[in-house]
Amino acid sequence: MKRKELLLGDEAIAMGAINAGIVGVYAYPGTPSTEITEFIQNSPQAKANGVFCKWCANEKTAMETALGVSYVGRRSIVCMKHVGMNVAADAFINGAMAGPNGGLVVVVADDPSMHSSQGEQDTRFYAKFAFCPTLEPANQQEAYDMMEYGFRLSEEYRIPVLLRVTTRMAHSRAVVEFEDKIEPRKPLSYPEPSNTWILLPVNARQAYPILLDKYARLEKLSEQTDNNSLYPGPDNSMGIIASGIAYNYLRENVGNNCRYPILKITQYPLPKDRIRSLASKCRKILVLEEGQPFIEEQVAGILPSGCEVTGRLTGALPRVGELNPDCVRAALGLEPLKVNAPSQNVVPRPPAFCQGCGHRDLFNALNEAMERWDNHRVFSDVGCYTLGYLPPFKSICSCVDMGSAITLAKGAADAGYYPAIGVIGDSTFAHSGITGLLDVANCNADVVIIISDNEATGMTGGQEAAGTGKIEQICTAVGIDPAHVRVVVPLPKNMELIRQMIDEEIAYHGPSVIISRRECMQTAKRHAAARRAAENKQ
Amino acid sequence: MKKDIILAGVGGQGILSIAAVIGHAAIKENLYIKQAEVHGMSQRGGDVQSHLRLSSEPIASDLIARGRADIIISLEPMEALRYLPFLAPDGWIVTNTTPFVNIPNYPDSEALLSELKSRKNVILLDVDAAAKAAGNPRGSNIALLGACSGILGIEADKLEAGISDIFSRKGASVVEANLAAFRAGAAAAKA
Repeated sequence: MKRKELLLGDEAIAMGAINAGIVGVYAYPGTPSTEITEFIQNSPQAKANGVFCKWCANEKTAMETALGVSYVGRRSIVCMKHVGMNVAADAFINGAMAGPNGGLVVVVADDPSMHSSQGEQDTRFYAKFAFCPTLEPANQQEAYDMMEYGFRLSEEYRIPVLLRVTTRMAHSRAVVEFEDKIEPRKPLSYPEPSNTWILLPVNARQAYPILLDKYARLEKLSEQTDNNSLYPGPDNSMGIIASGIAYNYLRENVGNNCRYPILKITQYPLPKDRIRSLASKCRKILVLEEGQPFIEEQVAGILPSGCEVTGRLTGALPRVGELNPDCVRAALGLEPLKVNAPSQNVVPRPPAFCQGCGHRDLFNALNEAMERWDNHRVFSDVGCYTLGYLPPFKSICSCVDMGSAITLAKGAADAGYYPAIGVIGDSTFAHSGITGLLDVANCNADVVIIISDNEATGMTGGQEAAGTGKIEQICTAVGIDPAHVRVVVPLPKNMELIRQMIDEEIAYHGPSVIISRRECMQTAKRHAAARRAAENKQ
Repeated sequence: MKKDIILAGVGGQGILSIAAVIGHAAIKENLYIKQAEVHGMSQRGGDVQSHLRLSSEPIASDLIARGRADIIISLEPMEALRYLPFLAPDGWIVTNTTPFVNIPNYPDSEALLSELKSRKNVILLDVDAAAKAAGNPRGSNIALLGACSGILGIEADKLEAGISDIFSRKGASVVEANLAAFRAGAAAAKA
């Protein structure tokens, strides 16, 4: 029997994956993808079916573990935000060369408008680069349905399948209908022939043409599948190509009966013939897509010169930022709606550290310690503590990519800068900081690395962090002198102690690590509430 | 039936609980729903908003177009005004009057209230006080839901059933406390 649930796009994906019989979900938290894994972690069905769902150290370890599941013939998903794909790309691209055995669906949530991200990169480019198909659902029901479809596609073509969503799809709820029925797991099996996963040049030279051939067959499939459908319209002055969430904004403005013919794209590679056929009847083509002009750029190459293509590249739509019903309305040439002027009384309310957060105390002490250095710079990283950039702290000078606080500080020190300080969170350190610290230790670099350890992945909601309880051991194991691995509790009463410790380690001309450790306020509150609830039960 | 609602507030105030109750009640009414939420960075004490769309017909967009929102429901007066461009010409604003001041340049609260009062359809209410008087000082969000129960297009008893369902896993006392806050908000809005 079918049941109906009000689910986030992320949750619909998770439910679809559970019912497709996955062995595990492999992921590192990242907005807007985090809720996929969290839903599976809390799902009784997933628990009953023994679905592995513990967080991974980073997106690369996640992708590789899923490849291992695939090697032995079973299904799994990998989830991440768009920038996570930069970390996982080596495994993704070469995994496509090897050719999955069990179904592998890679779910990536892009974040146009950079609500919680450092860039707008569009993951569809990665799938094209790796010769993999992309599925891009426009609504929550499609997201659910495409999981089973994606696994079948992956198994039939022996290729990783990218399922791409964007913020408004990931974080929007709608009713999804589904049946509580889990696909049985397949018996273990192994890739045939047995050398396809050994990408020595001699084998890889055979694998590459096979991969290109798969892509050609996937292009043919894109022409036939109902996932790419044409909705005819009487007015041929314009044809519209719309994908993903942009299709919803289109329908919001034109309803079910659009004057113009519409080609809805849900599956890539692009169906070139269908695009040519649409263009042959229409005077111009408008491309509506969320993210970067991925379709628009290709369409210009698919169509004969002289055919007018408009979209983000031509200014019909904004070049940056996410789409919305209003800018799509303007691109369609419809009369603008009557809109109130913004209030003159409203001011921005930027995010800030929680009250009582340990990062606050650390930055207060660090700012005091840095006061005596002219033109000082503190390198930092991706996490809650990046808010140390904002007033009143204004403590940090960088947030580039995961783990870079350590290596940027080392580079600056190598170049003659002193004192080189890097501030990194514990989860970010476990994700991508350890190898950088190994470089630091091996080179005896003159840096002070501060690990602001809140024993959680804070910004995404306080998930478990991979390094919790092991930070000192990791630092000494990579070769930092134990005398220069120091621990302090960031509390107002310890200001003087922390400042002094920073001074001392700056004075030491070798690598040092200061671990500033106090639990995240949010997880501490949750843990306290759970303890109270447990006590009440007794 | 169609209601496009902007829920507004500051991260942590509880707008998603309001959305959950309305959404739950709407499903029971067999309405179509779309609800876009904000998670992640902006939740850290920043402004947060959710677009909640209810309709007896299928809904296309996850976001509400500017000039189309039927109601702005806000737990904070400045946050109510932030979304004015979304409000339809005959739309309603239902807002808490207690400012949440966590920025140094928070505007003069009298100016905010006088701008709000100048709007045509507006319900202004100190829901913090209403929730406190009802014995549930943490139930401001549900008191605010009570305050807009007359204009939501979903009957109050259906919303109360939604509250019972949504909070049931937290225990009967939490359900009762939230029902009390809801009724206090509804009564205060009528007064």
